[in-house]
Amino acid sequence: MGSTNSTLLKIPNVEVLMQETGLKLVAEENCLNVSPAHIIRLHDRFKALDKEGRGHLCPHDFGAIKELAMNPIGDRIIGAFFSPGKETVDFHTFVKILAHFRPVDKDRPKEPNSPEPINSRSNKLKFAFQLYDQDKDGKISRDELLQVLRAMLGMQVTDEQLESIADRTIQEADLDRDDTISFEEFRKSLEKINIDHKMSIRFLR
Amino acid sequence: MYNFSQGFLVISTAMLEVDSAEVGLNYSLKSSATENISTSTNDSTGGHGSSTITTLPIVIWKWHHVETPYLVALWILTCWLCKLVAELNHNITSVIPESGLLIMMGFILGGIVWGADKAQTFKLIPVNFFYYLLPQIVLDASYCMPNKLFFSNLGAILVHAVIGTCWNAGTVGIALWGCYEGGAMGNLNIGLLQFLLFGALMSAVDPVAVIAVFEEVHVNEVLYILVFGESLLNDGVTVVLYNVFDAFVSLGGPKINAAEIIKGIISFFVVSFGGSFLGVVFAVLISMLTRVTKNVQVIEAGFIIVLGYLSYLTAEMLSLSAILSITFCGVCCQKYITANMDEKSVTTLRYVLKVMANGSETMIFVFLGLSAIDQNIWVWNTGFILLTILFIVIFRFMGVFFLNWLLNQSRLIPIDLTDQFVMGYGGLRGAVAYGLAASLDEKKIPEKNLMLGTTLIVVYFTVILQGITMKPLVQWLKVKKATQSDLTLNGKMNNRVFEHVLTAMEDICGRMGDNWWTRHWNYFEDKYVCWLLMTSDARKHKDPIFGVFHKLNLEDAKKYVNEGESKGSLAFIRNYDNASVDFKKQLALEYADIMPDIMNDMSEYDFGIDNVPVTSVMKNPLPSVSLNVHELDRKSMLNDLSAHHLLDQHLYKSRRDNRPTYSRSHYNTSENPDEMQEIFQRTMRSRLESFKSAKMGVNPAKKLSKHPKKDSTHKPNGKPADPHRTHPYGDEDFEFSADSASSSEIAGHFPRRNTNAPGAGVDNPAFIPEMDMSPPMRNPPWQTETANNMAVAPSQTAQGRLPWTPTNLRHLAPLRMSTRSTDSFAMADASVDDEAPEEKSGSHHTRL
Repeated sequence: MGSTNSTLLKIPNVEVLMQETGLKLVAEENCLNVSPAHIIRLHDRFKALDKEGRGHLCPHDFGAIKELAMNPIGDRIIGAFFSPGKETVDFHTFVKILAHFRPVDKDRPKEPNSPEPINSRSNKLKFAFQLYDQDKDGKISRDELLQVLRAMLGMQVTDEQLESIADRTIQEADLDRDDTISFEEFRKSLEKINIDHKMSIRFLR
Repeated sequence: MYNFSQGFLVISTAMLEVDSAEVGLNYSLKSSATENISTSTNDSTGGHGSSTITTLPIVIWKWHHVETPYLVALWILTCWLCKLVAELNHNITSVIPESGLLIMMGFILGGIVWGADKAQTFKLIPVNFFYYLLPQIVLDASYCMPNKLFFSNLGAILVHAVIGTCWNAGTVGIALWGCYEGGAMGNLNIGLLQFLLFGALMSAVDPVAVIAVFEEVHVNEVLYILVFGESLLNDGVTVVLYNVFDAFVSLGGPKINAAEIIKGIISFFVVSFGGSFLGVVFAVLISMLTRVTKNVQVIEAGFIIVLGYLSYLTAEMLSLSAILSITFCGVCCQKYITANMDEKSVTTLRYVLKVMANGSETMIFVFLGLSAIDQNIWVWNTGFILLTILFIVIFRFMGVFFLNWLLNQSRLIPIDLTDQFVMGYGGLRGAVAYGLAASLDEKKIPEKNLMLGTTLIVVYFTVILQGITMKPLVQWLKVKKATQSDLTLNGKMNNRVFEHVLTAMEDICGRMGDNWWTRHWNYFEDKYVCWLLMTSDARKHKDPIFGVFHKLNLEDAKKYVNEGESKGSLAFIRNYDNASVDFKKQLALEYADIMPDIMNDMSEYDFGIDNVPVTSVMKNPLPSVSLNVHELDRKSMLNDLSAHHLLDQHLYKSRRDNRPTYSRSHYNTSENPDEMQEIFQRTMRSRLESFKSAKMGVNPAKKLSKHPKKDSTHKPNGKPADPHRTHPYGDEDFEFSADSASSSEIAGHFPRRNTNAPGAGVDNPAFIPEMDMSPPMRNPPWQTETANNMAVAPSQTAQGRLPWTPTNLRHLAPLRMSTRSTDSFAMADASVDDEAPEEKSGSHHTRL
């Protein structure tokens, strides 16, 4: 017990972090009694990734993850960890990004004035949206879509086909006919998909 | 003869009863008619075949030659007619599930048979059931299994099918034995082992009725797959368990020691996993076979059925689990054979399997009902029967709740309580239990008939009673329904993105989650399995996103044609809308490898006729298939005329007319490869000619025409990166068109399409040689024509649709040349010089 407490105390701002991300909010009153195992585990992982021990991660730390290099949209996902203009990510942000993928807890009381939880449906969607929207103009343009498609479909289809797929995809979602997909349109097009299930990771529960 | 007539009397009384029982006259007539045939012929023709002939007979009555197949066919017909009758009234089928109705039909049929013969003449023999009826059902179910859902829930399904089944078998057997020892059933000659054997055969869950209800109500897919998958695997496990206990029973109580029990457990796992493995091996074989069956497409589908059946028989031969074998065979090969085989064969296979499975299902249920009419099996023991029913229900629920609780500890999406309840309630017993009970050995189990009778009662009880209450229960409990998601590219694509994101997050967290397995399997599959099991063609097109795209396009094209046809005119073909684009793309995809250039040109040509970039038409307020086809038609008449002229002159005329329409080995006569070759050669020749003449500089028009073609080959590169960049044609519009603002806006959004659009039709090299006739070569041949027409009908909208007029067309092509063409020697052409200032003024204009 003592060891977990001391580990926790080493992590800066741990309580704020848990409040914000909702990670392990079990029994708030004895928060430190219940081991927030996830935070500790993530912190260990964070330290393992941070090979040079700088206390923050750089893009190349992520690039060192072998499996991530195989991921066709891996670089975009890495990019999502870094807010624009910043070259580093600290533990706080790291956990906050990962908290997007916590399953939605149903039994958690809904306080009307509490801020939207970070793992809410629209936040999950926003995360996915910004993977497309690389120039951060709030719209997925045809080119942006095409890049993602090309990365994912690889060599199997020709450029021609890829373009027509992209055209069609935009056409499908594009409601205001500006030939781009705004976030609102993005959300509408995925209305019927159970995002809570599809964008959640079990062990972050 | 006497027997028969007496039988006939009984039949007619039975008929009357049937009628009063509201089953429908035609059914009873037909079934009794078949009865008559089968029984009467039996009697009356007994000695005919053996009599020696005195003179040459013209025809002879040879009943005995055909007796067996004839009876089989008649019974199949009868059973299917039962289904027909059962399905006649939807008010009844919506209350009573079809399986229950069929069992009731079986009762009636059985009554008729019994009335005729005073004995049970026909019954379901276990051998027939296990070798001829069951494999079809299992193969169909496994082949149609939603693959991805099945494998992603495989863990839960296996837990329920293996542990749940063993739990049911053990507890029911032991509890019954305990009650027996307690004296609840009087004096029976049954030991603990026999009770366990009975428990094992009672644990086979038959989902037919449940699945039918689920499909009707659209329950959520997790519940669906859990019940469906469990029941499928559970049959296999039950048979294995049954065999193990059967071996124990024949071994006899005293000889059983720890070693034998361990052997039994080992045998359980060897038989189950061996069977599953054998199934996978057969799946690999089938998939590899379908790689090379392209030339025997007619029987392609047959291979899968035969090999699937062989996997069943082989497993049976090796005393492995046959049901598990055929199950895994179907589940595993599905993806690859669907990709490998022709689309028609896939459809054929699906339908054939469905016909066979539904047919044998119908027969099984009818015969289950028919089996009731057998005095021998009815050894009534109230305690035994009631306790059996009680225990199977109780232990089923206990098992389901406990296992689900266990599973929920680690599931991302826990299984709801209502779902669990429905799962427990869905534990209907069916034909497999009956088949196993019927194959009990009377020498080893003296109380076989009691067990068989009890099994039948349990089957009737669960299928009819639970089946009827299932639907109200599902509705009353408000079981979560499946979310009806349409097939959309966005959905498919984003699912893919989500998967990638999740695996990436797992990687970043350094944990091995579910996605880790999925991803690694996908990687492995991509790299090795597909290489081994798929044809190279199928590999190319297997991407699901592409598949969805393909499917959507096909749907559009179909809808488009249907809607157009319902207008009663072929004019719709010339209508512009997205469907036409998609359709063309579709065509282009299919023929891309055969004649890519033609398709390229065709597409440009088409855009050329449209005059307005096709994508922009989609944005028009016009419905996708315009209601006023004729109005549109009139507008584009002048273009259509020229287009038609060109097409008429240059399109290849098919030579298929005088080919035979019937072919033994093909559904239809497919495209003649020679024809393709000819088209290709023609095109190439005309291209060569146009190229030559362009090189010589003989004809300026040819030079002009060359550029769009070049342009088209560089299309992807030629596309401007900046979507806001104003396109030259937008301002041409601006100069003369009334609704120029909107069209230039449109043009701005679709720069690529626009680039290729104007003039492309004329410049199609395939059409060049014949155009040499028109004297003023500098202008495209239809310039004069259009000019004349313009004078006749220069309507406002028509102009909107024609963003350029012949006059400004003159500087259109060079304009593009200067901005976009990569062809350097064309750039040097003199025509550029005098057009350059024009370009400047044009772009200047836009900036205003």
